[in-house]
Amino acid sequence: MEKQGYISEIKEHTGINVNRCYQCGKCSAGCAVTDEMDYPPSMVMRMLQTNDDENYKSVLQSESIWLCITCQNCVTRCPMQIDIPRLMDYMREQSLQKKMVSKKAKNIVSFHKSFLDPIRFTGRSYEIGLVAGYKMRTFNLLQDLNVAPSMFMKGKLPILPERIEGRKQIKEIFDKTKKEDK
Amino acid sequence: MKIGFYPGCSLKGTSSEYAQSTLALAKAFDIDLVEITDWNCCGATAAHNLNHELATALPARVLALAEKDGLKEIVVPCAACYNRLSVTQHELNENQDLKNRVEEILEMPLSGNLEILNVMQFIDRYIAGKIEGKVVKPFNHKVVCYYGCLLVRPHDVLKFDRLEDPQSMDILMKKIGADSMDWGYKTECCGAGFSVSRTDIVGKLSGKIVKDAYDRGAQAIIVACPMCQSNLDMRRPHINSYLKTKIDIPAMYITQAIGLAVGVSREDLGLKKLFVAPTFA
Repeated sequence: MEKQGYISEIKEHTGINVNRCYQCGKCSAGCAVTDEMDYPPSMVMRMLQTNDDENYKSVLQSESIWLCITCQNCVTRCPMQIDIPRLMDYMREQSLQKKMVSKKAKNIVSFHKSFLDPIRFTGRSYEIGLVAGYKMRTFNLLQDLNVAPSMFMKGKLPILPERIEGRKQIKEIFDKTKKEDK
Repeated sequence: MKIGFYPGCSLKGTSSEYAQSTLALAKAFDIDLVEITDWNCCGATAAHNLNHELATALPARVLALAEKDGLKEIVVPCAACYNRLSVTQHELNENQDLKNRVEEILEMPLSGNLEILNVMQFIDRYIAGKIEGKVVKPFNHKVVCYYGCLLVRPHDVLKFDRLEDPQSMDILMKKIGADSMDWGYKTECCGAGFSVSRTDIVGKLSGKIVKDAYDRGAQAIIVACPMCQSNLDMRRPHINSYLKTKIDIPAMYITQAIGLAVGVSREDLGLKKLFVAPTFA
């Protein structure tokens, strides 16, 4: 009997069958961030095809899954139309839930979390709150201090957050869809 | 007929000139855009990177609110919001289980037949036919049109323009007198949501875009996405340090360029808010 591993889990949650990839490499060729990645997208695909738990772990611990910028170039050019960006989203979720996030991806993950924090309470994104949260998480305290005053002068940096009426509903959306611990 | 407007968070803050110029352009053609009541953030890159269900429910609330407002079509100038709203509506229409779950989370019904227009689709439908008669100051400059990722991909869902060599912005720019040139970076990624977390990557990817525009002799890069614009504009110091040179071609919104051509004031188009100022306007 075929081993039931993460390949079937991936298929169940995303509809993606990783076995369909025949390693043509077009995804890696068109990827904007390949040269920054530990494993280029086609290699991630190959590792997943092995249905080997060690390889799966390496993917979930990789920096690649966080560097994928979701530009959608890969799926656009894939001859098998494999939705790699959707797969990367799923890998990121799994990596978070299994607490396997690469240390090298700390800034990226901190940014995403800090982006969502204000939305949870106000319903809209809030630049100052986002940057403050990001700096607290990463200790990059001095970053972008030079650009803030000119943004403010150009009216691009509202001091107060926008707060919508349906804040309670937004908080419920966050609570009902919550998956991982902070 | 009422046309809905979803500004999204960027257009309320860091990219307020995009909202200003879109609304000013609409006004110049006597079109009233009505903001969706009590809209929320679409969740952007952060939500879909961390939690698929959240990334579906947030845009779904916006769609539900638009339907509740009785809107049939909404204009979404931000390419990232346009992408998230379109992909969400598509996913909900394709996946009944997900739709049931999201309706349960929101406690709001979704019919799923809103027309979601990006800024070019809006201009095409309501303005393009009347532009040439209204041009008072032809935009006679060499430009390159930068589409980025999220306006054209994924094509199966968005069904907007050609994938590898889109033309819609070029056609509009030619209508207002611009020399819209062929170039190699129309749909390459600018670094998108890495503006803060990996500014080095933005400097490199956006650097290549700005360099090609410069090499081809462009006087402006025309954009239709607030993320692309701020990466190409506000991150110019990082770009210039990556390129080890100083390139000062502005990255401006297509709504600003068309607005200038049809005689909207610099003030109403928010031109002062660009970091790299256009020298010709």
